[in-house]
Amino acid sequence: MSLLIEVLSAAFLLTGGFLCITGGVGMLRMPDFFSRVHAAGVTETLAAPLLLFGLLLQMEWSLEMVKVIMILIFILATNPTATQAMAKAALNGNQKPLVADETDTRGEGSSNS
Amino acid sequence: MLTAAIVAILVTMILALIRAFLGPTEYDRMLAANSFGTKTVLLIALGGHALSWHSYLDVALLYAMVNFVGTIAVMRFFENREQDGTLETKKEA
Amino acid sequence: MRMHYILILIVLFVFWLLLSGHYVALILAFGVISALLVTYFLVRMDKVDKEPVIFRPGFAALHYFGWLMWQVVLSNIDVARRIWNPRLPIRPQWQRLDIKVSTPMEKTLYANSITLTPGTLTTNVKKDHFMIHSLDPDGIEELRKGEMEARIRRIGV
Repeated sequence: MSLLIEVLSAAFLLTGGFLCITGGVGMLRMPDFFSRVHAAGVTETLAAPLLLFGLLLQMEWSLEMVKVIMILIFILATNPTATQAMAKAALNGNQKPLVADETDTRGEGSSNS
Repeated sequence: MLTAAIVAILVTMILALIRAFLGPTEYDRMLAANSFGTKTVLLIALGGHALSWHSYLDVALLYAMVNFVGTIAVMRFFENREQDGTLETKKEA
Repeated sequence: MRMHYILILIVLFVFWLLLSGHYVALILAFGVISALLVTYFLVRMDKVDKEPVIFRPGFAALHYFGWLMWQVVLSNIDVARRIWNPRLPIRPQWQRLDIKVSTPMEKTLYANSITLTPGTLTTNVKKDHFMIHSLDPDGIEELRKGEMEARIRRIGV
């Protein structure tokens, strides 16, 4: 049983660490601010829970575990708000997103869906 | 395995720092700073457990809150700034 | 309405207990006082606000968050594969997404859910539409199918 927990924890920690680096690399490779936001999202939405779950499996039963879960909930609850605030500020600061296709359907509704 | 995860977090922090130094716009820098803050929370949580510190999770929780409030505060400041650097209160339609 | 505040008081005190970890009479009294103070502030703020939001997470909400976490995992894998691909196969889009949800709570939940899944990002929240930035056209097409929206409306907050 403890071996299973050990393996599970290691898997979570390694996957989380890998995703963390993925997000960092993505932040460097992406061409403009708005696509970098997506890369940063990888580190915060999946890497953080995986790392914290991996940590949770290694801890003994105590009140501390609740705090880890609180940190997790807090990160997941605040990350979208912070991201949205940054995106909105960037738009107001005349940062226009880089768009791949020339068909900009802005303001036309979802007629092409 | 904790060590490996901590090394991965540190590498990511360096990558975020590079983006913060390069980042052509201030928004890129803030994104990197926010990401760096989240990594710090994770680093405190994992590192504190590995080194068996006391009350490290409270520090991590507090850091997460300060990071969030800081990001929002800085972005509220940038939000109302026009291209020529003047401040203007603009209401959302 | 009074029931609502008593519930908040209890939740706050339990939250305080979990964070504190010290169970002596004096410290517990501090906890009760701070929980009472926060509830008092909340009552005052609701009077100014005029439309207090009551959010009771039930089974439906829990089910939704389970589904959302699964979507987050899927889209994370997708974005991670794009990042490690040497050709960097991204086609960023910035488009309008019409929405059917109307209450502030539903809109908040929807916009935050969109942002939480990597690959899609809500940049503006307007009266009847969002502006979505997406790493790939598929992300927006997926949202236009409206599964996430239908699930949020089923919670009915």
